[in-house]
Amino acid sequence: MTALPEPTTKKLGLVIDLDTCVGCHACATSCKEWNTSGYPKPLTDQDAHGADPHGSWLNRVHSYEVGQGAASRTVHFPRSCLHCETPACVTVCPTGASYKRASDGIVLVNPDTCIGCKLCSWACPYGAREYDYDDGTMKKCTLCVDRIYNETFAPEDRIPACVRACPTGARHFGDLGDPSSAVSQLVKEREGFDLLPEMGFKPVNKYLPPRPRRDQNAIPTQPAEQPVASTGSIADRFFAWADRALSR
Amino acid sequence: MHPAYSVIIFTTASGAGYGLLIGLAVSVLLGIVPRDPTFGFFALGTAVALITIGLLTSTFHLGRPGRAWRAVTQVGTSWLSREGVAALVTYLPIAALGLGWVFGEYEPGQIIVGALLSIVGALVTVWCTGRIYSSLPTIRAWHQRLVAPVYLMLAFVTGSVLLDFFLIVFGYPFWGAAAITALLLALGCDLKMRYWAKIDSDDRTYTAEAATGLGRFGTVRPLDPPHTQPNYVMREMGYQVARRHARKLRKIALLLLFVLPLACIAALLALELPHTADVAIAALMMLSAAAGVLIERWLFFAEAEHVVMVFYRGGAA
Repeated sequence: MTALPEPTTKKLGLVIDLDTCVGCHACATSCKEWNTSGYPKPLTDQDAHGADPHGSWLNRVHSYEVGQGAASRTVHFPRSCLHCETPACVTVCPTGASYKRASDGIVLVNPDTCIGCKLCSWACPYGAREYDYDDGTMKKCTLCVDRIYNETFAPEDRIPACVRACPTGARHFGDLGDPSSAVSQLVKEREGFDLLPEMGFKPVNKYLPPRPRRDQNAIPTQPAEQPVASTGSIADRFFAWADRALSR
Repeated sequence: MHPAYSVIIFTTASGAGYGLLIGLAVSVLLGIVPRDPTFGFFALGTAVALITIGLLTSTFHLGRPGRAWRAVTQVGTSWLSREGVAALVTYLPIAALGLGWVFGEYEPGQIIVGALLSIVGALVTVWCTGRIYSSLPTIRAWHQRLVAPVYLMLAFVTGSVLLDFFLIVFGYPFWGAAAITALLLALGCDLKMRYWAKIDSDDRTYTAEAATGLGRFGTVRPLDPPHTQPNYVMREMGYQVARRHARKLRKIALLLLFVLPLACIAALLALELPHTADVAIAALMMLSAAAGVLIERWLFFAEAEHVVMVFYRGGAA
């Protein structure tokens, strides 16, 4: 049902560290690999080997340049479903296919009852839901619901595929409803934040900000390379001319 | 937002159908139109056809049209579900009104009750259509107080134009109805212009800096995109219409939807013309309004920007 459950005590979610993410897209490809054969049925691609290849992915990694000049930095930014506490994608659903689990707060789409009206994707500010053009239904992050409770897996594998794949440990999985959990402690310690909190959907997933630069004072104010000055000799003038010509 | 033809045709056709239904129901309640079965068959039949074509077209927007029946189950939370239920329930009073009008009343008062409930059903359905859009805070141009009233007003306008056409074709007195149409056209034009002024002057409050939470480090500029080709999100939510084209199309929409029909009404009311000329002018008015409302609805989608695009393009939405 698309009515939201009472606020859940268990709030499973991800904590994503923007300081350590290197933008390798391993989380995105690993997610695609796991979920194309998992709960949400195949994540299909269209025109995969043609001029306009695209398909449903549940995780996308943006790279941004933040700040100006020498003080700017590159921040890699994975974006997926935030499993909001009050998700509009669930309440707008006309069929009840979109729902939030009362037991752990995971937001899911029932692939057997979704009619593919796409309204949930309009309601989500985070672009978390992608339409599957072949299947005619909406696809979204399941928080690897088919991994995290899977007792046939070794305990260290009972985490979402994206978290398992991350080579830099930038992704953390846990219960954000439990203040004593490792993820909650991490969010507290690193001052984790919500995306677009003013939208009011109360995301469960948190992002950890990049740490301040340690070399803040070492940022050079002058360009490192000075133009070659001519002192008069023929060789000098030749190299000065070559420098100017090559700098053009 | 991607202007899907199925949704444009659905909202304009069913809007005009419900508008005509309201016009006919009000007229029959006030005794303005005679209870002529032929007139009832063609006029109400057109309203029902427009509503039904619209509803059927809306299912083409679905990935799984065969499951469309499931969409009536979540009236507690979903405006789309409410719209579906209201649309289906409204067929009952339409049937009472239409069958009573065309074949004669089985029960005394059938037409009156059917007309009254048809009006309520039509108002509720069109209001729900508008609320589907205005309830989405992610799309600034839609999350506006004026959106649902504009949907209602344009249903009145297009329905009223259709009603005038049928009155003229059947040779009934149309001066009162035409004067009301003129009033609705003027009010509708004012409302739509106020809507455009509002979305043009509104602040763009959602920035890439806020969306990524990285504003504390300075401006946020997209460097590498997450994928090389547009994905569903960009195809659906990233539609962009050139600003100068939008300006021109707004003028064309105003001209076709309001100005030309007003001129037609002025001609109909002021000039003593032969019946065929009146019919031709009414047909022109109808076609002009239809083209105008299609452009208006296309713009409603094409001009609307979704907040998710700040992740892709930076800037503000």
